[in-house]
Amino acid sequence: MTTLAKKFGRDDWTRFTLRQRMTRYAVIFGCALAIAWALTSIEVIWAWVWGAPEQIGDLFGRMYPPDPSNLETILKVLWDTVNIATFATTFAVLLSLPVAYIAAQNTTPNRATLWLGRLILVTSRSVNTIIWALLFVAIFGPGVVAGILAIMFRSIGFVGKLLGEAIEEIDKRPVEALEATGASRFKVIAYAIVPQVMPTFWAVSILRWDINLRESTVLGLVGAGGIGIILQGAIDTFNWPEVATILIAIIVLVIIGEIISAFLRRRIL
Amino acid sequence: MLKISDLVKRYGSGDPVLKNLDLTIEGESVVSIIGSSGAGKSTLLRCINRLVEPTSGSINLNGTELTSLRGKNLRAARRKIGMVFQGFNLVDRLTVMENVQSGRLGYISTWSAVTRRYPKEDIRRAFELMERVGIAQYANTRADQLSGGERQRVGVVRALMQDPDILLADEPTASLDPKTSEQIMGLLRDLAGELKLPVLINIHNVTEAKEYTDRIVGMRYGRIIFDDVPAQLDQEAMDQIYAGSPHADRAKDGAAA
Repeated sequence: MTTLAKKFGRDDWTRFTLRQRMTRYAVIFGCALAIAWALTSIEVIWAWVWGAPEQIGDLFGRMYPPDPSNLETILKVLWDTVNIATFATTFAVLLSLPVAYIAAQNTTPNRATLWLGRLILVTSRSVNTIIWALLFVAIFGPGVVAGILAIMFRSIGFVGKLLGEAIEEIDKRPVEALEATGASRFKVIAYAIVPQVMPTFWAVSILRWDINLRESTVLGLVGAGGIGIILQGAIDTFNWPEVATILIAIIVLVIIGEIISAFLRRRIL
Repeated sequence: MLKISDLVKRYGSGDPVLKNLDLTIEGESVVSIIGSSGAGKSTLLRCINRLVEPTSGSINLNGTELTSLRGKNLRAARRKIGMVFQGFNLVDRLTVMENVQSGRLGYISTWSAVTRRYPKEDIRRAFELMERVGIAQYANTRADQLSGGERQRVGVVRALMQDPDILLADEPTASLDPKTSEQIMGLLRDLAGELKLPVLINIHNVTEAKEYTDRIVGMRYGRIIFDDVPAQLDQEAMDQIYAGSPHADRAKDGAAA
């Protein structure tokens, strides 16, 4: 034992060479410098930052007690919000199926469709829901339709991207086996691919519905329907007690959404 | 009858994996193909049902030239070639019955496939075969709940549901324990006899090859260098089949050329 250790033993192992270590320190220092520079170059009015606690207290004072006199309208509009999220998610999930199919390398018919699929996904995902909403409010006018379309357009990219990746990651062996039985392309998809992506399909759909519920609460800020409209109205008229009611309603809605999606996830997966 | 002549398969621009290979399987014999990894056993099997595209040569099954088939005709020909895989290749999230019926996908309509309304005849046949191999009680069980031996039985039944003219088995027992492995080999041999079906088995276990098959084909580096009844497979033949490595063979071939 000791002879072996003496013969071959070395105790001078280090994870990084001196040069590597120095490079790492330099990178960390560089990052710190960049953050410091960013902080000094943006114009922060520090007096306002330090005054924030006082302002928060003031705002809470004005919001309390919440004013429930408009509760009926709020709940009705909140229901609109839920509908926007649900409709939009349903349509988006259905539309994202063919997009995911052509955007996945192992199912897409050819190079052209692959790039078309990816283009759709990137376009959809690179534009924020609010920007889509601004666009659709300009086209369809203010209201629920613009909201549904905005959420839908953003969701297609999200769902399509994740589903496409799930298709690319399937076990290819059953696909091979079913091709060997002489099954047509469509039947191979139905029997070997669909069952494998089903869990992801449900998980992604539920997650997106959950996200859409939150997103649809702010759509009203740009006139695309939902609770955001009366929230903006209340803020503009300094009706802080009503703002408080609306905020509480939104929080309750989001919590309920969270509970429902957690329940569904447990049931389905 | 399966008649392979002058079959060549080359991946990319490298050396061919199969070199002007000739092989004829007649009648209902159980034939095993042995050889070290990389000898081209799997490629040979996959050329037959065109999971791998042959580079040149001819493969003729009961009068149908398989190498030139495309689209619909290829699918029709594949229906008549059953295949059993090393990794079973079942759809884990489907039930055993659905997996078994997927062997009929080439025959039934898309609508009955999607709605899972299989023809009565197919269901009866499925139960018969499942009963025969001892998995009938799992009809409604998900495939991933079964043990390895049971899963391979599902794989075998799926292939037999195709009503094939020939059964290909690509190392069907390599993922199984010795005991289960023997059961599956025995099953393949017995079913071949009962259904009058020629079976072509790639196998690493030479003892099993000798015990369960009528004829042994030894491959080395893309060529058939042994083809006879098991009794003729002596130590010398074994050494020839398994000596060296694909790498050494490549080097030698390169030097000769």
